[in-house]
Amino acid sequence: MDGIHDLGGKHGFGTPQVELNEPCFHARWEASVFAMVRAAGAAGAVRNTDQFRHAIERIDPIAYLTHGYYGRWLGGLETLLVEASVIEQEEIVARLQRLGGDPDLRVAARPALRPDAVDYVPSAEHSHRSIPTPPRFAMGTRVRTAAHPKSGHTRLPAYARGRCGIVTAVHGGWVYPDTNAHGLGEQPQYLYTIAFAGSELWGAQAESGTRVYLDLFEPYLEVA
Amino acid sequence: MSESSKSSDQPELRAEALESLLIERGLLTAAAVDEVIERYNDRIGPMNGARVVARAWVDPAYRARLLADGTAAIAELGFGGAQTDKLVVVENTPGVHNLVVCTLCSCYPWAMLGLPPRWYKDPAYRSRAVREPRALLREFGLEVAIGKEIRVWDSSAEVRYLVLPEPPADSEGIDEATLADQVTREAMIGVAVL
Repeated sequence: MDGIHDLGGKHGFGTPQVELNEPCFHARWEASVFAMVRAAGAAGAVRNTDQFRHAIERIDPIAYLTHGYYGRWLGGLETLLVEASVIEQEEIVARLQRLGGDPDLRVAARPALRPDAVDYVPSAEHSHRSIPTPPRFAMGTRVRTAAHPKSGHTRLPAYARGRCGIVTAVHGGWVYPDTNAHGLGEQPQYLYTIAFAGSELWGAQAESGTRVYLDLFEPYLEVA
Repeated sequence: MSESSKSSDQPELRAEALESLLIERGLLTAAAVDEVIERYNDRIGPMNGARVVARAWVDPAYRARLLADGTAAIAELGFGGAQTDKLVVVENTPGVHNLVVCTLCSCYPWAMLGLPPRWYKDPAYRSRAVREPRALLREFGLEVAIGKEIRVWDSSAEVRYLVLPEPPADSEGIDEATLADQVTREAMIGVAVL
């Protein structure tokens, strides 16, 4: 989806702010969010990583930029807990008020009225899957990426749409995020590393001698 | 109270509200939160990646195995699991500098480096690493020579990347444990050299 999460190449965010001696968690609630995501997995609300990533992409875009990393996770977590009916949003608001919170502040979670039914468990641990047919593209093949945007979850960043690159690695079969995030099955696809010249991505303004490597699924690609 | 200071409180209180509800339902325990803190404060962090890097510097055969199959090579040292289903180690050389980013979320080799620092997850880093890596690295205090190629690895699937830095100039003959102490998280992401 063309969401705020797709940040590659965007202007205006300034210089990274590096914190010296940064702690692993800045507050206990950040670790709590981490633990709650695992708990939501056990409760059946978070069924796979792709679904969770997509839930984060769907949160309020202003919150995405202002609530920080664990705030984004919290938004995705609440979205999926509500969509799975593990918890009602009204309950969260009532509890927030009891803790002294202001219910009128911006809420990150964006539960869908008719959520995707992700009602299966992974067929194996992790995301690697074997595919009986051979990969379509060999090392060194020049490929072009899909040119058009997609409304659902996808792992082809906007900045690399419709661009040509070279296959530099073939990684075997992997769960396809574009379907798995939506409950449409694992549908494993071959995964390739594609090298793009800076000038192919950014034209004459590209910095010299730079290359970007992206891991892209076979359906995103065609022979150039 | 200004809007910005109010909204900064929002995730924290909302997380507390959600946490108390999940605890009441028996879906979460305080001990589970403590376990997360303990795991990432004490057991999983950049010291894991540093051990792998130092081993590669002192043992050329290990270095070759690490570059050929990162996942298998880190397993030799007892590492694996979280976010390293497939680990690819990319080597800095006199002609190539590597930089790791995830523009779509914040993918990162947790088992090797622990949880990522805030700047890695923030929009400034994620937006600029792929478009102007030289300018970005300059702001980290690293000037990459113009003749040196920069390879930016945008972790867009489940492959995770770790940079094998070049050893410090005076590292000849230094033992592996001492070398490991000199390896920084920043060098293994590629925003610094040693």
